[in-house]
Amino acid sequence: MRITQGCFSFLPDLDDVQITAQIEYILQREWAVSLEFSYDPHPRNTYWEMWGHPMFDLRDAKGAMMELNECRKAHPDAYIRVQAFDSTRGFETVMMSFIVNRPADEPKVHMARTDFEGRSQKYAWDAR
Amino acid sequence: MSEEAVVERPTTVNLAEEYEASGVREVLEDLDRELIGLSPVKLRIRETAALLLVDKARREMGLSQETPTLHMSFTGNPGTGKTTVARMMAGLLHRLGYVRKGHLVSVTRDDLVGQYIGHTAPKTKEVLKKAMGGVLFIDEAYYLYKPDNERDYGQEAIEILLQVMENNRDDLVVIMAGYADRMDKFFSANPGFRSRIAHHIDFPDYTDGELLRISQTMLDGQNYALDDGAEAAMQEYIAKRRAQPHFANARSIRNALDRARLRQANRLFTEANGPLDSTALSTITEDDIRASRVFSGGLDVDKAPMQEAAE
Repeated sequence: MRITQGCFSFLPDLDDVQITAQIEYILQREWAVSLEFSYDPHPRNTYWEMWGHPMFDLRDAKGAMMELNECRKAHPDAYIRVQAFDSTRGFETVMMSFIVNRPADEPKVHMARTDFEGRSQKYAWDAR
Repeated sequence: MSEEAVVERPTTVNLAEEYEASGVREVLEDLDRELIGLSPVKLRIRETAALLLVDKARREMGLSQETPTLHMSFTGNPGTGKTTVARMMAGLLHRLGYVRKGHLVSVTRDDLVGQYIGHTAPKTKEVLKKAMGGVLFIDEAYYLYKPDNERDYGQEAIEILLQVMENNRDDLVVIMAGYADRMDKFFSANPGFRSRIAHHIDFPDYTDGELLRISQTMLDGQNYALDDGAEAAMQEYIAKRRAQPHFANARSIRNALDRARLRQANRLFTEANGPLDSTALSTITEDDIRASRVFSGGLDVDKAPMQEAAE
């Protein structure tokens, strides 16, 4: 099942030219670019592994694309996302995040339902 | 693929128009105005700009596809304006569309080479990432290569640099700078660099007259002026300073002027009683320059070994 989280996830996958254009936009807003990857696309898994440090002093998208290509080479079957961090006081948060790499075979998110006290029901999801 | 074929190519080119439109003229005019002397360098940059302009036109007409090799080496003594010219070169290449952003990242060996195994590659890559889309200026590039130590990590940085200089020619331009003789040795020990560097520009030393004009321009920029006595003293200072060790052309002049300003401030502070006008605050007199140790035979640290050598 296609995992949808972050920006653009209902669109067809971005190609490298489009990713470069998005990173140019990020740099133009003076946000820091960083890459993260994960093998566990569970929606509650917020903290993905960092790929290197966030890049605070880039001027051109090519630098981030070099890192992305290296991350893809090392983790071809992982989910990889690009994040843009705004360090301005008052924001200090991620402003943009989108998936740039998916495994060929995406796991399903499966829902399990269990009975609980007083006939109430509890739901849980797991990726399988 | 098919889109490429449809693109209409211009059949004629007006170089003068291209020259105006690209803004190259402003850069070259800046170069003429801001840099005193250095006529061979200016000539070489003009030639390079012309070559790149023609090459750009050729590519637009579809006569050539390859990005020309733009890596350069600047050789010359310290203080001859290599960094300043590199910054202008970055602006020039940006206006001609050869680099996307046109910023200059200036580094030395310390920024590229790590201190332990596995430290160099990430460090060099970090610098390269920062320089992407601009110009990477490596000052005193020959320190990267230490022939007496074959386990030196500099070699690793050299290999990464060579790879990037070849594969990312569209993304960044590398300029290596340093003393002429040591750069020659560096290039003959690393033939990979020699073949990847297309433009060698040699920076001559400034003449005494040029240095005097430089000192006047520097002071003008800070709203100071030399009076007549000080100008004569400065002329004498330049001739004397050149003969002493560690002479660094324009940089020595800047340092001398900084010290002269210090002495001027001290003089005003101790001597003045009563209000000072703006002329007094911005005039450097003969005494401010004459007090320099250059007139009494140089720095003490330099004097001692010279005497020992003489004995």
